[in-house]
Amino acid sequence: MNSVGEECTELKRDYDMCFNRWFAEKFLKGDRSGDPCTEVFKKYQLCVQKAIKDKDIPIDGVEFMGPNKEKTDR
Amino acid sequence: MVKHFICFSVLKSSWDQVFIAFWQRYPNPYSNHVLTEDIIFREVTPDNRLISRRLLTKTSRVPRWAEQYLPAHMSCSAYIIEDSIVEPRSQHMTTVTWNISHARVMSVEERCVYRVNLENSSWTEIKREAWISSSLYGLSRAIQEFGLARFKSSVTKTVKGFEYVLAKMQGETPTRTLAETAKEAKEKARETALAATEKAKDLASKAQKKQYV
Repeated sequence: MNSVGEECTELKRDYDMCFNRWFAEKFLKGDRSGDPCTEVFKKYQLCVQKAIKDKDIPIDGVEFMGPNKEKTDR
Repeated sequence: MVKHFICFSVLKSSWDQVFIAFWQRYPNPYSNHVLTEDIIFREVTPDNRLISRRLLTKTSRVPRWAEQYLPAHMSCSAYIIEDSIVEPRSQHMTTVTWNISHARVMSVEERCVYRVNLENSSWTEIKREAWISSSLYGLSRAIQEFGLARFKSSVTKTVKGFEYVLAKMQGETPTRTLAETAKEAKEKARETALAATEKAKDLASKAQKKQYV
Protein backbone atom coordinates (compact mmCIF):
# COMPACT_ATOMS: atom_id res chain seq x y z
CA MET A 1 0.00 0.00 0.00
CA ASN A 2 1.25 3.50 -0.80
CA SER A 3 2.19 6.13 1.74
CA VAL A 4 0.50 9.55 1.74
CA GLY A 5 3.96 10.90 0.90
CA GLU A 6 5.02 9.24 -2.35
CA GLU A 7 8.67 9.51 -1.33
CA CYS A 8 7.94 7.50 1.86
CA THR A 9 6.42 4.42 0.25
CA GLU A 10 9.69 2.53 0.06
CA LEU A 11 10.48 3.20 3.75
CA LYS A 12 6.93 2.28 4.70
CA ARG A 13 7.24 -1.11 2.96
CA ASP A 14 10.49 -1.84 4.81
CA TYR A 15 8.86 -0.92 8.08
CA ASP A 16 5.66 -2.89 7.39
CA MET A 17 7.67 -6.00 6.64
CA CYS A 18 9.66 -5.67 9.86
CA PHE A 19 6.55 -4.89 11.92
CA ASN A 20 4.41 -7.73 10.56
CA ARG A 21 7.07 -10.28 11.43
CA TRP A 22 7.62 -8.85 14.92
CA PHE A 23 3.85 -8.62 15.57
CA ALA A 24 3.16 -12.24 14.59
CA GLU A 25 6.27 -13.91 15.97
CA LYS A 26 6.98 -11.89 19.11
CA PHE A 27 4.30 -9.46 20.25
CA LEU A 28 1.25 -11.72 20.01
CA LYS A 29 3.17 -14.49 21.78
CA GLY A 30 4.01 -12.19 24.69
CA ASP A 31 7.73 -12.09 23.86
CA ARG A 32 8.99 -8.70 25.04
CA SER A 33 12.60 -9.05 23.92
CA GLY A 34 13.12 -5.69 22.24
CA ASP A 35 11.65 -4.23 19.08
CA PRO A 36 13.87 -4.78 16.01
CA CYS A 37 11.99 -2.17 13.95
CA THR A 38 12.83 0.97 15.95
CA GLU A 39 15.42 2.32 13.51
CA VAL A 40 13.41 1.81 10.35
CA PHE A 41 10.31 3.23 12.10
CA LYS A 42 12.22 6.42 12.96
CA LYS A 43 13.31 6.89 9.35
CA TYR A 44 9.80 6.25 8.06
CA GLN A 45 8.30 8.70 10.60
CA LEU A 46 10.70 11.49 9.62
CA CYS A 47 9.51 11.10 6.06
CA VAL A 48 5.78 10.70 6.66
CA GLN A 49 5.49 13.45 9.31
CA LYS A 50 7.08 15.88 6.85
CA ALA A 51 4.63 14.81 4.13
CA ILE A 52 1.71 15.37 6.54
CA LYS A 53 2.98 18.87 7.33
CA ASP A 54 3.54 19.70 3.65
CA LYS A 55 0.03 18.57 2.76
CA ASP A 56 -1.57 20.36 5.74
CA ILE A 57 -3.34 17.25 6.98
CA PRO A 58 -5.04 18.31 10.24
CA ILE A 59 -3.90 15.63 12.69
CA ASP A 60 -2.56 17.92 15.44
CA GLY A 61 -4.32 17.73 18.77
CA VAL A 62 -6.60 14.88 17.74
CA GLU A 63 -7.23 12.85 20.86
CA PHE A 64 -6.41 9.16 20.99
CA MET A 65 -9.39 6.82 20.45
CA GLY A 66 -11.63 9.38 18.91
CA PRO A 67 -13.31 12.71 19.01
CA ASN A 68 -15.96 11.45 21.45
CA LYS A 69 -13.93 9.67 24.01
CA GLU A 70 -16.71 9.35 26.58
CA LYS A 71 -18.65 7.27 24.04
CA THR A 72 -15.80 4.83 23.54
CA ASP A 73 -15.36 4.34 27.27
CA ARG A 74 -18.82 2.87 27.66
CA MET B 1 -29.33 14.10 15.95
CA VAL B 2 -26.93 11.25 15.45
CA LYS B 3 -27.70 8.01 13.64
CA HIS B 4 -26.50 4.97 15.51
CA PHE B 5 -25.86 1.60 13.89
CA ILE B 6 -24.70 -1.69 15.37
CA CYS B 7 -23.90 -5.08 13.85
CA PHE B 8 -21.94 -8.26 14.46
CA SER B 9 -19.77 -10.24 12.05
CA VAL B 10 -17.88 -13.50 12.45
CA LEU B 11 -14.59 -14.34 10.75
CA LYS B 12 -13.82 -18.05 10.55
CA SER B 13 -10.22 -17.59 11.65
CA SER B 14 -8.56 -17.51 15.03
CA TRP B 15 -8.06 -14.21 16.88
CA ASP B 16 -4.28 -14.09 16.27
CA GLN B 17 -4.70 -14.68 12.51
CA VAL B 18 -7.32 -11.92 12.38
CA PHE B 19 -5.09 -9.48 14.30
CA ILE B 20 -2.18 -10.24 11.94
CA ALA B 21 -4.44 -9.77 8.90
CA PHE B 22 -5.72 -6.47 10.31
CA TRP B 23 -2.34 -4.85 9.56
CA GLN B 24 -2.09 -6.42 6.12
CA ARG B 25 -5.59 -5.96 4.79
CA TYR B 26 -4.82 -3.25 2.23
CA PRO B 27 -4.83 -3.55 -0.67
CA ASN B 28 -7.48 -6.18 -1.39
CA PRO B 29 -9.99 -6.50 -4.26
CA TYR B 30 -12.68 -4.79 -2.17
CA SER B 31 -10.60 -1.80 -1.06
CA ASN B 32 -10.23 0.22 -4.26
CA HIS B 33 -11.43 3.31 -2.38
CA VAL B 34 -8.38 3.19 -0.06
CA LEU B 35 -5.63 5.25 -1.68
CA THR B 36 -2.92 5.52 0.98
CA GLU B 37 -2.18 4.00 4.39
CA ASP B 38 0.35 5.10 7.01
CA ILE B 39 1.21 4.37 10.61
CA ILE B 40 1.73 7.75 12.24
CA PHE B 41 2.04 6.70 15.88
CA ARG B 42 2.91 3.43 17.55
CA GLU B 43 3.87 2.36 21.07
CA VAL B 44 3.87 -0.71 23.28
CA THR B 45 2.59 0.14 26.77
CA PRO B 46 4.20 -1.28 29.95
CA ASP B 47 1.27 -3.70 30.28
CA ASN B 48 1.97 -5.03 26.77
CA ARG B 49 -0.76 -3.40 24.74
CA LEU B 50 0.01 -2.15 21.25
CA ILE B 51 -1.29 1.33 20.59
CA SER B 52 -1.33 2.57 16.99
CA ARG B 53 -2.70 5.39 14.89
CA ARG B 54 -3.17 4.80 11.19
CA LEU B 55 -3.85 7.57 8.66
CA LEU B 56 -5.81 6.57 5.57
CA THR B 57 -6.77 8.46 2.42
CA LYS B 58 -10.00 7.28 0.85
CA THR B 59 -11.96 8.49 -2.14
CA SER B 60 -15.10 10.20 -0.92
CA ARG B 61 -18.09 9.77 -3.11
CA VAL B 62 -20.78 12.42 -2.80
CA PRO B 63 -24.38 11.70 -3.81
CA ARG B 64 -25.35 13.41 -7.06
CA TRP B 65 -28.18 15.41 -5.40
CA ALA B 66 -25.79 16.89 -2.83
CA GLU B 67 -23.03 17.87 -5.25
CA GLN B 68 -24.50 21.30 -5.97
CA TYR B 69 -24.45 22.26 -2.27
CA LEU B 70 -20.90 21.19 -1.54
CA PRO B 71 -17.49 22.61 -2.35
CA ALA B 72 -15.96 21.14 -5.49
CA HIS B 73 -12.96 19.56 -3.75
CA MET B 74 -15.25 17.27 -1.75
CA SER B 75 -15.51 14.87 -4.62
CA CYS B 76 -11.79 14.06 -4.35
CA SER B 77 -10.58 12.36 -1.20
CA ALA B 78 -10.92 12.33 2.57
CA TYR B 79 -8.48 11.72 5.41
CA ILE B 80 -9.44 9.09 7.95
CA ILE B 81 -7.85 8.32 11.31
CA GLU B 82 -7.97 4.84 12.79
CA ASP B 83 -6.76 4.37 16.36
CA SER B 84 -6.36 0.91 17.80
CA ILE B 85 -5.43 -1.02 20.92
CA VAL B 86 -4.31 -4.65 20.64
CA GLU B 87 -4.33 -6.65 23.88
CA PRO B 88 -2.81 -10.09 23.34
CA ARG B 89 -3.38 -11.16 26.92
CA SER B 90 -7.16 -10.74 26.81
CA GLN B 91 -7.21 -11.47 23.04
CA HIS B 92 -9.08 -8.23 22.39
CA MET B 93 -8.59 -5.56 19.79
CA THR B 94 -10.48 -2.25 19.79
CA THR B 95 -10.44 0.19 16.90
CA VAL B 96 -11.97 3.64 16.48
CA THR B 97 -12.12 5.15 13.01
CA TRP B 98 -13.39 8.57 11.93
CA ASN B 99 -13.01 11.16 9.19
CA ILE B 100 -11.04 14.33 9.82
CA SER B 101 -11.96 15.84 6.44
CA HIS B 102 -15.39 17.29 5.65
CA ALA B 103 -16.51 16.47 9.20
CA ARG B 104 -19.04 19.32 9.28
CA VAL B 105 -20.78 17.94 6.21
CA MET B 106 -20.78 14.38 7.51
CA SER B 107 -19.00 12.74 10.40
CA VAL B 108 -18.80 8.97 10.60
CA GLU B 109 -17.28 7.38 13.67
CA GLU B 110 -16.92 3.64 13.84
CA ARG B 111 -15.94 1.57 16.84
CA CYS B 112 -15.08 -2.12 16.53
CA VAL B 113 -14.27 -4.70 19.17
CA TYR B 114 -12.64 -7.92 17.97
CA ARG B 115 -12.61 -10.94 20.26
CA VAL B 116 -12.77 -14.73 20.38
CA ASN B 117 -16.20 -16.06 19.37
CA LEU B 118 -17.92 -17.63 22.38
CA GLU B 119 -19.50 -20.47 20.43
CA ASN B 120 -16.39 -21.42 18.49
CA SER B 121 -13.08 -20.43 19.99
CA SER B 122 -11.24 -20.82 16.66
CA TRP B 123 -13.39 -18.03 15.20
CA THR B 124 -13.32 -14.29 15.83
CA GLU B 125 -16.29 -11.98 16.24
CA ILE B 126 -16.47 -8.29 15.51
CA LYS B 127 -18.92 -5.98 17.21
CA ARG B 128 -19.23 -2.92 15.03
CA GLU B 129 -20.92 0.34 16.02
CA ALA B 130 -21.19 3.55 14.07
CA TRP B 131 -22.38 7.06 14.78
CA ILE B 132 -23.25 9.22 11.79
CA SER B 133 -23.99 12.91 12.06
CA SER B 134 -24.14 16.03 9.94
CA SER B 135 -24.32 19.67 10.88
CA LEU B 136 -25.14 20.91 7.43
CA TYR B 137 -28.17 23.16 7.82
CA GLY B 138 -31.29 21.82 6.14
CA LEU B 139 -29.59 18.76 4.69
CA SER B 140 -28.39 16.97 7.78
CA ARG B 141 -31.16 14.37 7.84
CA ALA B 142 -30.75 13.45 4.15
CA ILE B 143 -26.97 13.28 4.51
CA GLN B 144 -27.24 11.05 7.59
CA GLU B 145 -29.52 8.67 5.68
CA PHE B 146 -27.06 8.58 2.82
CA GLY B 147 -24.16 8.06 5.21
CA LEU B 148 -25.92 5.20 6.96
CA ALA B 149 -26.74 3.43 3.69
CA ARG B 150 -23.19 3.84 2.50
CA PHE B 151 -21.79 2.65 5.81
CA LYS B 152 -23.91 -0.52 5.67
CA SER B 153 -22.68 -1.39 2.19
CA SER B 154 -19.08 -0.66 3.19
CA VAL B 155 -19.32 -3.14 6.09
CA THR B 156 -20.00 -5.94 3.62
CA LYS B 157 -16.96 -4.94 1.59
CA THR B 158 -14.76 -4.65 4.69
CA VAL B 159 -15.67 -8.17 5.81
CA LYS B 160 -15.13 -9.60 2.31
CA GLY B 161 -11.75 -7.87 2.10
CA PHE B 162 -10.78 -9.29 5.49
CA GLU B 163 -11.80 -12.82 4.44
CA TYR B 164 -9.80 -12.45 1.23
CA VAL B 165 -6.63 -11.41 3.07
CA LEU B 166 -7.07 -14.19 5.66
CA ALA B 167 -7.45 -16.82 2.94
CA LYS B 168 -4.37 -15.50 1.17
CA MET B 169 -2.37 -15.57 4.42
CA GLN B 170 -3.40 -19.15 5.04
CA GLY B 171 -2.17 -20.13 1.59
CA GLU B 172 -5.57 -20.77 0.04
CA THR B 173 -6.61 -19.29 -3.25
CA PRO B 174 -9.17 -16.76 -2.11
CA THR B 175 -12.59 -17.82 -3.28
CA ARG B 176 -14.61 -15.27 -5.07
CA THR B 177 -18.27 -16.13 -5.20
CA LEU B 178 -19.76 -17.54 -8.39
CA ALA B 179 -22.07 -14.54 -8.63
CA GLU B 180 -19.10 -12.18 -8.59
CA THR B 181 -17.26 -14.11 -11.28
CA ALA B 182 -20.42 -14.22 -13.38
CA LYS B 183 -20.93 -10.48 -12.96
CA GLU B 184 -17.38 -9.79 -14.05
CA ALA B 185 -17.77 -12.03 -17.12
CA LYS B 186 -20.99 -10.24 -18.01
CA GLU B 187 -19.31 -6.84 -17.75
CA LYS B 188 -16.42 -8.01 -19.87
CA ALA B 189 -18.80 -9.36 -22.49
CA ARG B 190 -20.65 -6.05 -22.55
CA GLU B 191 -17.37 -4.18 -23.03
CA THR B 192 -16.35 -6.50 -25.86
CA ALA B 193 -19.74 -6.04 -27.51
CA LEU B 194 -19.45 -2.26 -27.20
CA ALA B 195 -15.97 -2.30 -28.68
CA ALA B 196 -17.19 -4.48 -31.55
CA THR B 197 -20.09 -2.10 -32.26
CA GLU B 198 -17.69 0.86 -32.28
CA LYS B 199 -15.38 -0.97 -34.63
CA ALA B 200 -18.24 -1.91 -36.96
CA LYS B 201 -19.41 1.73 -37.02
CA ASP B 202 -15.89 2.84 -37.77
CA LEU B 203 -15.53 0.35 -40.62
CA ALA B 204 -18.94 1.26 -42.01
CA SER B 205 -18.14 4.97 -42.06
CA LYS B 206 -14.79 4.26 -43.70
CA ALA B 207 -16.50 2.10 -46.33
CA GLN B 208 -19.04 4.84 -46.90
CA LYS B 209 -16.30 7.44 -47.36
CA LYS B 210 -14.59 5.16 -49.85
CA GLN B 211 -17.80 4.92 -51.85
CA TYR B 212 -17.93 8.69 -52.16
CA VAL B 213 -14.32 9.03 -53.32
